[in-house]
Amino acid sequence: MSVLVKIARVAGRPIPLRGNDIDTDRIIPARYLKAVTFDGLGAAAFYDERYDARGELKGHILDEPRFQAKGTRIAVVNKNFGCGSSREHAPQALLRWGIKALIGESFADIFFGNCVALGMPCATASEAEIARLLSAVEADPAQELIVDLDALRATYGALVVPIALPAGIRQQFLEGTWDATRVLLAAEPQIRATAARLPYVKRFGD
Amino acid sequence: MAKSLLDKVWEAHTVLQLPSGQTQLFVGLHLVHEVTSPQAFQMLRELDLPVLFPDRTVATVDHIIPTHTAARPFEDEQAETMMSEIERNTREFGITLYDRASGHQGIVHVIGPEMGLTQPGLTIACGDSHTSTHGAFGAIAFGIGTSQVRDVLASQCLAIEKPRIRRIEVDGALPPGVYAKDVILHIIRTLGVKGGVGYAYEYGGSTFDGMTMEERMTVCNMSIEGGARCGYVNPDQTTFDYLRGRPLAPQGADFERAVAWWKGMASDPGAAYDAVTRLDATRLTPVVTWGINPGQAIGIGERIPAVGEFADDERDVVEDAYAYMDWTPGTPIAGTRIDVAFIGSCTNGRISDLREAARVAQLGRVRPSVKAIVVPGSQEVARQAEAEGLPDVFRAAGFEWRLPGCSMCLAMNPDKLSGRQICASSSNRNFKGRQGSPSGRTLLMSPAMVAAAAIEGAVTDVRALLGRT
Repeated sequence: MSVLVKIARVAGRPIPLRGNDIDTDRIIPARYLKAVTFDGLGAAAFYDERYDARGELKGHILDEPRFQAKGTRIAVVNKNFGCGSSREHAPQALLRWGIKALIGESFADIFFGNCVALGMPCATASEAEIARLLSAVEADPAQELIVDLDALRATYGALVVPIALPAGIRQQFLEGTWDATRVLLAAEPQIRATAARLPYVKRFGD
Repeated sequence: MAKSLLDKVWEAHTVLQLPSGQTQLFVGLHLVHEVTSPQAFQMLRELDLPVLFPDRTVATVDHIIPTHTAARPFEDEQAETMMSEIERNTREFGITLYDRASGHQGIVHVIGPEMGLTQPGLTIACGDSHTSTHGAFGAIAFGIGTSQVRDVLASQCLAIEKPRIRRIEVDGALPPGVYAKDVILHIIRTLGVKGGVGYAYEYGGSTFDGMTMEERMTVCNMSIEGGARCGYVNPDQTTFDYLRGRPLAPQGADFERAVAWWKGMASDPGAAYDAVTRLDATRLTPVVTWGINPGQAIGIGERIPAVGEFADDERDVVEDAYAYMDWTPGTPIAGTRIDVAFIGSCTNGRISDLREAARVAQLGRVRPSVKAIVVPGSQEVARQAEAEGLPDVFRAAGFEWRLPGCSMCLAMNPDKLSGRQICASSSNRNFKGRQGSPSGRTLLMSPAMVAAAAIEGAVTDVRALLGRT
């Protein structure tokens, strides 16, 4: 049985990823999905935005010297981040690049759910607060961004940003029940009872 | 109290309320394909867990499968590995695999309906965002990621929050040459690509009432492009007529009992919605996307819009689209030269799509400068097309007729754009790099519009070709 991992607070250097509607095809192009494991996806995160046709770096923010830092990273994003394809390879690539949490104006539904399953909180903040946070991070990327799920605030130096997370999701992180498999399976008798009530499970036979 | 279909399906499939406040939701049908499942099966092995309901789980291969040859092993070693992996996983975990040898292989969202697996009132999940397609039957169907695929394999359940509902009411008959694809592109253009975040879309009104099941599937398929994880149409006689006699639909007296249950799952008159949008279908024209998301779309008679026409928070994406697509605002979309024409995908790879495209294809020949391919959505679609002589029509017009698969919709197989090529495509996403070239460009449109563009070598109004304007 997997151990419950409680996530109340994530702290690390920020990485700003500006732009609305950043789709998962951009986060990880489909050709990197041709594998039976998620290994090595970190290096391919945003590949086509980072490298030109000859494989030379194009100067994407992920590769800027001042945004290189070891350890945990926290992405700051705008609206509808992770839209499009359901590919979990997208958050897997970000996770393997080092991103353990995200703060943004809004997240696409499937991407958000995938992040929960990986223990990556996606917290939201208002447009104005995100704008302030992005500016602060870009002006001085060398501080630690702290995402506090318990207190529902993010702090970056002197800047304190109120954050939000659906109550149930927040509770899953705080209690360590975000890895759902065992939680769901614990209800096996109720699962079977639900199936038995559904007429299509018996193909509508008597 | 009057309830919506979403309310009823949610209630019927609720196993329990989790302490987190989420619903533990039973999944009536789990569809599996080769790209988003191998890690999930591996996680099950590591947890030493079986598949809880193997008979409610069905697999096929669509994303990586070549469409130019059926030969094994595949030339692409990575693709062959993925194919071998799903063969092994389905064998070891006791799951039906519809591969090419079965005669029922195809895009997962095409075969579910045609086999009769997709039915009203079900919850359906699949590791693919276009699972929303199945909502055409009055199912609550949505895409999930690989960890959730693992959860559904292990428990037949998901931990999930119930979405809000927006009712999208479209009325009026579609003008000739205007298709379901144009309706959904218009909806996404109107509500935006973020408009559906947190919502399910319920499609209603006389336009949807008058649509065939295949047209409804095209609409529901692209719900996710508007941000809505699922979209549905309430089941009606059209739905029941489509399902009657399908191989895995209930048969005989069971079918009649099924219809009674299905009817009961439809939204009640007076059901409450969190939001309502009303649109008029009678004024629609063919729609073409010009940008880098499916909401960046215009009518065939329109020009590339100026950045000033957009809300402040859309302008950066609009500028990005001009640069990527190489547009000058004010340019008419009609006349845009294309290099590739792609007819197929889970959006528009069904028999009625191919019939409409063939009707246009027989009016001319593909321009020599254009590479045009037709990829049927499934082996069943291919068989039906062959029985109707459609491949001959396409070949005579200069289109290539391929084997079923996802193909150039996402280019995980050998079908790809190269360099800055522009593709007129009947698929669902015009994201940067989507069709296999990091700088390739996609213009989404109906299959008939793609066929017309192939013949003209440029984006053109299919209504003119059909002599209908």
